This record gives sequence, C-alpha cells and structure tokens, in this order.
Amino acid sequence: MNIVVCVKQVPDTATERKLRSDDKTLDRDAADGVINELCEYAVEEALKIKEAHGGEVTVLTMGPSKATDTIRKALAMGADKAVHLVDDALHGSDALSTSYALAQTLKKIGFDLVILGSESTDARTGVLAAMLAERLGTPQLTLARKVDIDGSAVTIERVTDYGYDKVEASLPAVVSVVEKINEPRYPSFKGIMAAKKKPVETLGIADAEIAADQVGLASAWSEVVEFAAAPPRAAGTVVKDEGDGGAKAAEFLASKKFI
Amino acid sequence: MDDLLNLDDQLTDEQRMVRDAVRGFVSRQVLPRVGDWFEEGVFPARELAPALGSLGVLGMHLDGYGCAGLDAISYGVACRELEAGDSGLRSFVSVQGSLAMFPIWKYGSDEQKEEWLPAMAAGDAIGCFGLTEPDHGSDPAGMRTTAKQDPSGDWTLNGAKMWITNGSIADVAVVWAQTDSGIRGFVVPTSTPGFSAPEIHRKMSLRASVTSSLYFDDVRLPASAVLPGVTGLKGPLSCLSEARFGILWGVVGAARACLEAAVEYATTRVQFGKPIGAFQLTQEKLAWMAVSLGQAGLTALHLGRLKDAGTLQPRQVSFGKLANVRAALDIARQARSVLGANGVTLEYPVIRHMNNLESVLTYEGTQEIHTLVLGEALTGLPAYR
Ligand SMILES: Cc1cc2nc3c(=O)[nH]c(=O)nc-3n(C[C@H](O)[C@H](O)[C@H](O)COP(=O)(O)OP(=O)(O)OC[C@H]3O[C@@H](n4cnc5c(N)ncnc54)[C@H](O)[C@@H]3O)c2cc1C
Ligand SMILES: Cc1cc2nc3c(=O)[nH]c(=O)nc-3n(C[C@H](O)[C@H](O)[C@H](O)COP(=O)(O)OP(=O)(O)OC[C@H]3O[C@@H](n4cnc5c(N)ncnc54)[C@H](O)[C@@H]3O)c2cc1C
Repeated sequence: MNIVVCVKQVPDTATERKLRSDDKTLDRDAADGVINELCEYAVEEALKIKEAHGGEVTVLTMGPSKATDTIRKALAMGADKAVHLVDDALHGSDALSTSYALAQTLKKIGFDLVILGSESTDARTGVLAAMLAERLGTPQLTLARKVDIDGSAVTIERVTDYGYDKVEASLPAVVSVVEKINEPRYPSFKGIMAAKKKPVETLGIADAEIAADQVGLASAWSEVVEFAAAPPRAAGTVVKDEGDGGAKAAEFLASKKFI
Repeated sequence: MDDLLNLDDQLTDEQRMVRDAVRGFVSRQVLPRVGDWFEEGVFPARELAPALGSLGVLGMHLDGYGCAGLDAISYGVACRELEAGDSGLRSFVSVQGSLAMFPIWKYGSDEQKEEWLPAMAAGDAIGCFGLTEPDHGSDPAGMRTTAKQDPSGDWTLNGAKMWITNGSIADVAVVWAQTDSGIRGFVVPTSTPGFSAPEIHRKMSLRASVTSSLYFDDVRLPASAVLPGVTGLKGPLSCLSEARFGILWGVVGAARACLEAAVEYATTRVQFGKPIGAFQLTQEKLAWMAVSLGQAGLTALHLGRLKDAGTLQPRQVSFGKLANVRAALDIARQARSVLGANGVTLEYPVIRHMNNLESVLTYEGTQEIHTLVLGEALTGLPAYR
C-alpha cells in the first residue's frame, strides 16, 4: 500500500508567534519551525498501517526550504521517503490554494491512502482533508480516532460530540486523525541516522504541474484584512462550593464540551 | 529555560532530534518515578534497559552490532539529557556503553562481539566494568585480582572488585586482572561458578543505581574469555576516557535541572511580600549559576568538537571532568539553598542531584587525580606518588 502523509512545519507553539507587518502572513522566520503535533500522529498511524499491511510511507510537505528539519523528523520516525514541495510562488497560499497544490502533487506521485492531522497549530482551519478529498475525487474520512484497513476497504471511528460514527469507504481515500488515535513514537537513534540517507525529492510548482496563477498570496480567496494581539487572559471565575460544587464543575465542563 | 548563550543552536538537526528523543523519554519514563527509586534505593534496570535499547541509547557511539553509530556531540547531548533525569540513569548508560560494550567492541574477538554486543545494544543483556578494588581505587596499577592460565589454556580468576555499577544485575562483567603478561581484560558471564556480586547498601548518593562488590573464587574461564586486543592499564584507561566524556556532558544536564528548579522556585515563592527571585541576593546566585552552567556547556561542546575531529586528548577530558563536575556540584548546592526547606526533600530534584554528584566527583578519576593530570600537563612533573 502506498501511503502518503501530509506533514506541515509550524512555528513552535512554545515561542511567541507573529504575523508579518508587510503582507500579514505568518512570520515563519520569527520562531523555530517544528513538526505540527497532529502530523506526528498521522505519521505514527501511517507507520502502523505499513507495519501491519506492508507498503511504503511517503512524507509530503509543502513549505519553505527550512521545512527540511520537519521532513527529517518524519523520516527519522520511520517514513521511507519524502517529497518536498517548495517554491517562492507558494508563499501566502490560503487553504484553497494549498489543497490545490497538494492535490496536484498527490496526483503526480500517486497514493492509495492519504493521512493528515486534523488541523495545524498555526492556521487551525481544519479544512484541508476535506478540500483535498474533493479535489482528488476520493472519499474523505475525517477526525479519525481509529483506522482499520481490510483489503481495499478503510473504516474509521469519527469523533463526534456524542461519541463516534463508524465510517467506511474504499481506497483510495483521504483520512484525517485526532490525538486520541495513537501515541507517536520518538525517533530512535538508528532511525535518526537512517533518515540522513533517505531520499527527499524536491519539487517546484512546474514539476507538479501547479498553475502559478492559482497559488500564492495574490490568488488567495481569503485575505487577512487586519490583526491584533490577543487580549490578556481574563481572570478566572471563582465558584464557591455550597454543597453543589460537583454539579457546578460538571456544568462548566459540559458548557465547554469537555464532557 | 533560556540558557542565555543559545548553545543548542550550534547543534545539527540530527543532534537536536537526539536531544528531543532522550528528553521525551526521560520526562515520560523517568522523572515521574525517579524520586521514589532514589528513596527506595532501587533502579528498575530490567524494565528500563529494553526501552533504552530500542531508543538506541546503549552503545550509541559505537558502529555495527546493532549500535546506532552517533557522533560524539550526539553522544554527549544524550548523556546530558539522561543526567538531567538522574545521574544514576546516566551511570547505567555510561557503564553499559562505554565501560562494558566499548572494550568488547574495541579489543574483543569476533566471537565476543557477536555474542554480547547485539544483546547489550538491545538492552537484553546488562554489563558491568570491574576495575576498582577494595584496596586499589585511584591507583589501579597495583590491583590484586589475578588470572592464571593453566597449560590447557583455561584461565582461573581470583580476587575482588568493589564499587562496581550494575554488578549485581549484570549478565556479563568486563574484569581487569593481573596476569603473567600484565593487566588483561576478561569477559566473564556472571553465571560462571565462583562469581558472586552482592549489592552495596546504605549509599547516600546514586541511590537510583546499583553498586556492588564482585568476588571471584576460582572462577574458571575458557582461553577465549580474554580480550585479545589489549594488554596493560591502557585498556581500562581508554574505556574510562570514553565514559568521562559522557560525564562531562552529563553533569551539565544535572546542573541545568537544578538551575531550572531554582528559577521556578524563586519566581513563585513569596517572602517579605515579593518573589524571592526579586531579591538581589537570589538573583546573584541565579546569575552565577547560569554563568557556570554556560561555561560548562561550552567546555562540553568544544571537547565534543575535538572528539569528532579525532584530536581529543586524555588531558582535555580531565580538564572537562574536573571543571564541569565542580561547576555542577556548586550549582546544585546553590540551587538547594534557594529552595529553603523544600530543598532538602525529594519533592524537588535538587538534593537528589546534589547527592548524586558527590559520587560523580569521585568515580572515573577523583577531582584530585584529574588535578594532578593537569598539573603534570602544565609542569611536566608527575606528582601522583
Ligand atoms: C557510586 C560509585 C560507582 C562506581 N562504579 C564503578 C564501576 O562501575 N567500576 C569501577 O571499576 N569502579 C567504580 N567506582 C569506583 C571509583 O572509580 C573509585 O571510587 C575511585 O576511582 C576512587 O577510588 P577510591 O574510592 O578507592 O578512593 P582512593 O583512591 O582511596 O582515594 C581517596 C581520596 O584520596 C585522594 N587521593 C588518592 N591518591 C591521591 C594522590 N596521589 N594525591 C592526592 N590525593 C589522592 C583521592 O582523590 C580521594 O580524595 C564507583 C564508585 C562509586 C562511588
Ligand atoms: C529539617 C528542618 C527542620 C526544621 N525545623 C523547624 C522547627 O522545628 N521549627 C520551625 O519553626 N521551623 C523549622 N524549620 C524551618 C526553617 O527555619 C525554615 O526552613 C527557614 O526559616 C527558611 O524558611 P523557608 O524554608 O520557608 O525558606 P524561604 O524563607 O522561602 O527562603 C528561600 C530562600 O530565599 C532566601 N530569602 C528569603 N528572603 C530573602 C530576602 N529578603 N533576601 C534574600 N534572600 C531571601 C532564603 O535565604 C532562602 O535561600 C526546619 C527546617 C528544616 C529543613
């Protein structure tokens, strides 16, 4: 089975993240780039599927040249090879054009199963899996907390507010995963050493037959008009326990959809 | 925590991945439990060894036989992150990789390598290193453990070793003994009749580490048990040089953990209406701790570069062990004072590190012996005896 995992480099959530004042895009040089956390779960799931069913795991990353760190990390976890889509023309692409660029690349490199994290910690749109599936004309199985492969059928448990739905489709398909799905492995030292020798193919937009006028900031469908720093955190609410503390705590958690 | 010098920016991507992998392991598998191990005086080696093995930590700087083949700086960074957990954990790894696997890898026969290295790299077999004796510590040349070869070629080992890390839990001991042709190393399966290894109790330092005596009572070994590749004290000394390199990095991790605890405590503990970190006396302590820590980190990085270039000399390793262990111990003691009464409990990592570092000060060449190495390097006058 040919599994492609889309892996994104994002600014480290532990550091201060900024938007650029000139074009209002994310300042990717201001913070250390790290692998998007949910992408690690996606890589882990791909490796598990490969371990159970055989095949090959390819990492697909669209991002600036410094995203190679992130690609190496995914390779060190155990992916077999990587494709790095990197082109200045892609800078400022919104979700629609990103999904177009990735879909074009996926058509070129081929796949049976595409796995993504359900969202990235920077943009947090959470729409890429759906857009990709639409563009590729494949089923979309999103927010999976469990994935099973049986021949050419893929079944997931899709997380919902009330529990989960069981969703089944046939391959090829696009799956997005949530944290509950697994515990991503740390790369072993041997994996880290082996990653140095794994092939990373670099593609520009022409290589992937991506039309220049459909990507980048100029052709984005959405525009950041204005931005402001988040207000400082408001003081917490203190609830006095007058014998009903438990009920109040439960009410609060339910209102936030934690329970 | 900000290390002020951004030293880790000097690391390569791979070295940072090694750091993050070990740091993740330590924070999940070690930090939540190590205070209890220390209090109870135990080290769950059989549980941790396979996990360390699959991470690739055991014999990480060796090539082949299931070892990862990391560069020296990666090896150092891994030791630093292990010892940020506990010096006992780093000691386990140093002994396994640098003191037990290294001599087999470097001086062993092909059969010895095949038999032991893959199992030791995986953490399925545990090793120990027997050099120190009850009456010979800093001056091992006079050791009294002997190995006699009979006409059939077999060896008989007699004597005792003391202060041997991993001794009671080891599957294999690399033992150094006097022979007619000088000091030789022996690969001794601990199941051999006549071998025993009782644990040493009542230690107040490295409590989360197993330390033992080894007794050899007519231990019969085949001719193939001797390490063929080395004769003389340079055998064990070369192993110690490998392990000391790990120590001079490792203690930077212990010191960092202490400084982190002190900064965290100083910014949250309020006395006289302010965080104690707002008092100049406390800031002076923290500032000097950070300076020492940065200097120790720089020393480690520099020596790592020399080792990767293949030019690192034993006297430079002595420099690093002397300077960095002293710095770490000073930092630990200062950090302990910042924590007030909480600093004497195992609720915080500081006194554990502080006590551990007393062993690190002594083993692998005491501070005094490394001072004499530098003294000789400067004057040309050996002052050991
Ligand atoms: C927890 C722990 C684990 C250990 N693990 C191992 C192990 O796995 N394998 C192993 O072989 N050994 C191990 N050791 C032993 C360690 O290497 C020795 O303790 C060390 O070499 C010092 O020897 P000693 O304790 O006999 O002290 P001594 O050599 O008796 O020294 C006592 C004091 O005298 C000083 N001194 C000695 N000679 C001189 C001199 N010429 N001039 C000035 N001062 C001098 C020393 O510096 C020291 O301060 C371990 C020790 C400890 C504490
Ligand atoms: C084993 C033990 C037994 C004890 N027994 C008793 C007992 O029987 N009865 C009893 O009442 N107490 C007892 N104590 C408590 C002891 O007196 C306190 O620990 C001590 O007064 C310090 O207080 P603290 O631990 O709260 O530290 P803190 O006061 O929080 O101080 C923490 C650190 O901040 C420093 N600091 C505080 N204020 C300033 C400042 N203005 N400028 C610069 N630095 C500052 C301190 O010097 C220290 O380094 C005991 C403590 C221990 C460890």
